[in-house]
Amino acid sequence: MADTVPRLRTAGYNLYYGSFRALRDITIDIPENSITAIIGPSGCGKSTFLRSFNRMNELIPGVTVTGKVLLDGEDIFRADVVALRRKVGMVFQRPNPFPKSIFDNVSYGPRIHGTRDRGVLASIVERSLRDAALWDEVKDDQQKSALALSGGQQQRLCIARALAVEPEVILMDEPASALDPVATMRIEELMQSLKQRYTIVIVTHNMQQAARVSDFTAFMMTDGFRAGNLVEFGATKQIFTTPADSRTEDYISGRFG
Amino acid sequence: MTRKGAVESAMRTVLLCAGLASLLIVAMTGIFILREAMPAFREVGVWRLLSGSEWRPGQELYGLLPMIAGSGLVTLGAVCLGLPIALGCGIFLAETAPGWIRGVVKPSIELLAGIPSVVYGLFGLVVLVPAVRGFDYPGNAGFGLLSASIVLAVMILPTIASVSEVAIRSVPDEYRKGALALGSTRWEMIRTVVLPAARSGILSAVVLGLGRAVGETIAMIMVIGNSVMMPSAMGGPLPGIFLSRARTLTGNIAVEMSYATGLHSSALFATGVVLFVLIMLVNSAARALMARNAGGGRG
Amino acid sequence: MKPSRNGRVTARKAWQGCAFALFWLSGIAAMAVMLAVVGYVVVRGAPELSLSFFTTSPRGGLSGDGGIASTIVATAYLVVMTMAFAAPLGIGAGIYLVEYAGNSRNRIATTFLKLSRFGSETLAGVPSIIFGLFGYALFVTAMHFGFSLLSASLAGACLILPVVVRTAEEALKAVPEGYREASLSLGATRWETIRKVVLPSALPGLTTGIILGVGRILSETAVFYVTLGGSYRTPTSVLSSGRTMALHVYYLAMETRAFEKAMATGAVLVILIIIVNLAINAVSRRLSAGSRS
Ligand SMILES: Nc1ncnc2c1ncn2[C@@H]1O[C@H](COP(=O)(O)OP(=O)(O)O)[C@@H](O)[C@H]1O
Ligand SMILES: [Mg+2]
Repeated sequence: MADTVPRLRTAGYNLYYGSFRALRDITIDIPENSITAIIGPSGCGKSTFLRSFNRMNELIPGVTVTGKVLLDGEDIFRADVVALRRKVGMVFQRPNPFPKSIFDNVSYGPRIHGTRDRGVLASIVERSLRDAALWDEVKDDQQKSALALSGGQQQRLCIARALAVEPEVILMDEPASALDPVATMRIEELMQSLKQRYTIVIVTHNMQQAARVSDFTAFMMTDGFRAGNLVEFGATKQIFTTPADSRTEDYISGRFG
Repeated sequence: MTRKGAVESAMRTVLLCAGLASLLIVAMTGIFILREAMPAFREVGVWRLLSGSEWRPGQELYGLLPMIAGSGLVTLGAVCLGLPIALGCGIFLAETAPGWIRGVVKPSIELLAGIPSVVYGLFGLVVLVPAVRGFDYPGNAGFGLLSASIVLAVMILPTIASVSEVAIRSVPDEYRKGALALGSTRWEMIRTVVLPAARSGILSAVVLGLGRAVGETIAMIMVIGNSVMMPSAMGGPLPGIFLSRARTLTGNIAVEMSYATGLHSSALFATGVVLFVLIMLVNSAARALMARNAGGGRG
Repeated sequence: MKPSRNGRVTARKAWQGCAFALFWLSGIAAMAVMLAVVGYVVVRGAPELSLSFFTTSPRGGLSGDGGIASTIVATAYLVVMTMAFAAPLGIGAGIYLVEYAGNSRNRIATTFLKLSRFGSETLAGVPSIIFGLFGYALFVTAMHFGFSLLSASLAGACLILPVVVRTAEEALKAVPEGYREASLSLGATRWETIRKVVLPSALPGLTTGIILGVGRILSETAVFYVTLGGSYRTPTSVLSSGRTMALHVYYLAMETRAFEKAMATGAVLVILIIIVNLAINAVSRRLSAGSRS
């Protein structure tokens, strides 16, 4: 961990929904070109934490934050939010393709950011669909409505849509929880191939999944009524074999949560 | 990025203006009518306006009681005639009608709710008024509360039927299954479980119907006779009152608006205020009832 | 024990039979009454309908002669003008309320939201003649627009504005939150999100709202009775007086007593309303088909 550069860093980071404190003093360094899994029981603040990296929490009325979140050493709250979200893409729990064609879904981001040329868009779409391992299934039918795809295909389309704006970081919030085991496997394989070029942070409910795909694992939990504690963060192998904190061990061995 | 920011904030401002303008129109409607009504309230007095039984603009007499009575009675008549059929029809559609009948009747009823009131008024004028004229009764000319009540009953029927149907259908199926599993007949299930669960929705259907009845203008002017007089039974039995001519609050405004000036015009605005308050009273009474019902249901 | 129990079951069944018979009866009665009214007008009006009825204007005077050409023109102008005022304003307000004020914790924005909700709820129940009163006092007299298409369409716009805002809000709220999140997470601004994602998916709902508004204007009479003037001539400018088809029915029935012509005009109106309803059904069927797949 010491020899990799942290791409994302939070320091003394707190988030409040109104007066409810959902994240407590979180300090973490997320290395680049790796997969970091965030695990923990329901309601402990995983999604909230993930949404901090692209400032999606700002869309919720009444949210306030204190502390720092840095992307490549720069304070994300000072950055332009549009530029930030371009660098930090997101894939949501339920596949949420737009009710448009496959092509229009993937080219949505580049178009927003000013690419007009049809040929350029077509090559971006092809590259993104290939990267998302969807190209072979849809290449002849890119004008088909995205809503006609299966759930697993839709989620890969959403990944392609996020890739099309060439982000540096991809945030995934339980991306496979709405999918069947075969589709889940494909998404996991896909993440492995993407991590060469992207920094991936994934929230998952499923500990086997975290153990299978991630390089680093962050364990969060609710302590009594107090949500949003980061208990332990480290290499996945270490967290799953020799956790430093007894609460992590309890959770992993299924004693609660 | 800055161009994007500029577009974003420009659009935000434009949309905000649309929102503000809409709100302003709402506020202005109220303020303007109140302002125009002020002279009448000041010079005639609220109490004399509400309780005066003479409306003779030529002699500066502005009493709205005949019109309040007219609006009240015609609404009462319409509700007595229309409500039972409308509710029965709502229950029929929601609970007992076979699918294909429902598929035909439901859209027709929704369609009928949108038929212009002038068409209903025309039917009243051509068919009902001559028919009612057939009753031999002192002062009966066909135009009057009975014809108006029938027309209005037909007009509120589709509104009440379709809104109450929606309310009844939205009662969760679990309730029905629960009641049937305990050995209720379907009618007992409807009476003891479904209707109580749907009562606040049914109540709002009734309020909607009442509002439509009190607010109806054109169809009323066409059949009610428009005479400014306290409805009376002309010495006969009390129901004879429905053969009396009358004028509604809405009709009072519509009939005299185009030539009224000065205090007379202000008194018409005051009529509008009274009408508005009346409707608000009905709405808030219904809301209070609903709140009480909901509280009772929970307790 | 057993016989009496059976007896009670029989009695309960009998009650059910009575109650259901009554429901059937009211269902049939409701349909019959309403169809009789509309059917009567359409059937008695139909013989008058001919091509010349649509292409000639009312002759005026007390005879009731002539067709409805000028009233069709006036109705069309009025519908277009009213919607031109009400649709952008109402849909704009709906967008602001749902997409901006609804996502804000700002005190002013939330107060605004509450006020407009209260306003549109209140106005939804206000009798249309009150808008006529308002329109007459403000547009016809105070602003000196006189009895004209302009006054009438402004008053009509006030009448349907709450309906348009309401349906726009509902249409926008029905757009899944996931679409907005996805678009924003790709770096789109709020407005880009609204224009490229939210509005296209809300389009059927917004269209329904507009068609509803058109239907309302077609059938409204009271407001235009006190703002439009009632001239039977073809309007030539926005300051012309005129009469809509619905108003024409009223004048024919009440002033010239030309009942056959009134019923013919009424029949045309009824057919128009049927078309409006079919359009709404078609749009909402497309809406549900779109969301199902
Ligand atoms: N929009 C919100 N408003 C208020 N509280 C919220 C909101 N979203 C989440 N929370 C609260 O914050 C805590 C963390 O939620 P979340 O991040 O969704 O947890 P997780 O993803 O780990 O299940 C929960 O207690 C939840 O109730
Ligand atoms: Mg979550």
